[in-house]
Amino acid sequence: MPEVSMTVNGKPAKGQIEGRTLLVDFLRDTLGLTGTHVGCDTSQCGACVVHVDGRAVKACTMFAAEAEGAEVRTIEGMAEPDGTLHPIQQAFQDHHGLQCGFCTPGMVMSAAALLAENPTPSEAEIRDYLEGNICRCTGYHNIVKAILAASGQDVSRIAAE
Amino acid sequence: MYAFEIDRPMTLADAVKALGAEEAQALGGGQTLIPALKARLAAPARLVSLSGIAGLKGICTADDGALCIGGGTTHAEVAAGAGAYPALAALAANIGDPAVRNRGTIGGSLANNDPSACYPAAVLGSGATVVTTNRKIAADDFFEGMFTTALEDGEIITEVRFPVPAAASYQKFEQPASRFALVGVFVAKYAEGVRVAVTGASEEGVFRWSEAEAALTARFTPDALEGLSLSGEGMISDLHGSGAYRAHLVGVMTRRAVAAAG
Repeated sequence: MPEVSMTVNGKPAKGQIEGRTLLVDFLRDTLGLTGTHVGCDTSQCGACVVHVDGRAVKACTMFAAEAEGAEVRTIEGMAEPDGTLHPIQQAFQDHHGLQCGFCTPGMVMSAAALLAENPTPSEAEIRDYLEGNICRCTGYHNIVKAILAASGQDVSRIAAE
Repeated sequence: MYAFEIDRPMTLADAVKALGAEEAQALGGGQTLIPALKARLAAPARLVSLSGIAGLKGICTADDGALCIGGGTTHAEVAAGAGAYPALAALAANIGDPAVRNRGTIGGSLANNDPSACYPAAVLGSGATVVTTNRKIAADDFFEGMFTTALEDGEIITEVRFPVPAAASYQKFEQPASRFALVGVFVAKYAEGVRVAVTGASEEGVFRWSEAEAALTARFTPDALEGLSLSGEGMISDLHGSGAYRAHLVGVMTRRAVAAAG
């Protein structure tokens, strides 16, 4: 079997793969990083979003072999080593941006990609950017609110209080 | 997915060589092919990933003013970098969702020629030229029906050249679950005439609406389309909309595109 090597959350990672091994399976099964979830496995739901070379991608729709040499960041790479949550994670907690939590890793990674591109997005821009991230619990309002809050903006006026 | 080997060549020459193997298939961004492999709708023995070939990425302007986009350029890169052709940049910015746009490529979309994809409308509507490892193919000769193109086995799209129109707009009526076009219409006004390309509607894939082109070449206003309509015959009919509904939408989206192009 061929070998693939990449950097995951700042650390070198390598392992044996098959041609058909998806990036998400390499992360979860080979590296044990099970924070990245597989929801639909058909690139609809976004639970598997990670960053590859700084860009949000669906890890269920990319082969591990294609990440050779890449810098990958997963939800496990967001908090500080001492456990202090990333500001986006903290905002999800503060604003109740999750219920069952299954979609949350993908939501947080998409939100991080959005804020890297657009540090102060409007509510409409946030909703638009989350087009490919599906949540079946929250109705999205508190997710949007958490992302607005994480960007340092006022969240007092957002709908569905 | 059935098992297969995967190659990731770093040069175009190596990719062409790898595609010479038995049952080899090129892999662009994989945003359509990987789901198809999972559904076992495709079963190649070998995939040749084009994502490592730096020479296939990028956007530039040719001496004749055409906008040249490398076949491996992602939708997100086109959205950000095709400012010289705003209607094209806007089309790319509205394909799929952000994560899909970070992987999916223009060359992959064109080679696949999904009957509801956005890029075929832009390429046909602009009279663009598809440049491959073997030749240059005019848009009018490239699309040969649903999921069918003029590409031969092992031929790779290296670049697409878009002549930049005086005015243009793409209007997409989205199928909300998949975000593909239920109907999408690309209208572009050139000195030689207006081109109107329709995606999502026909069972034959993307097509030009020649009556609308003639009317709009004479007078570029939404009113010029008064009285023109398409038959629902040969239009895609599925749970999202009947053929007659799609035919009606073509008229509506064409008028909207002309109004938006100004």
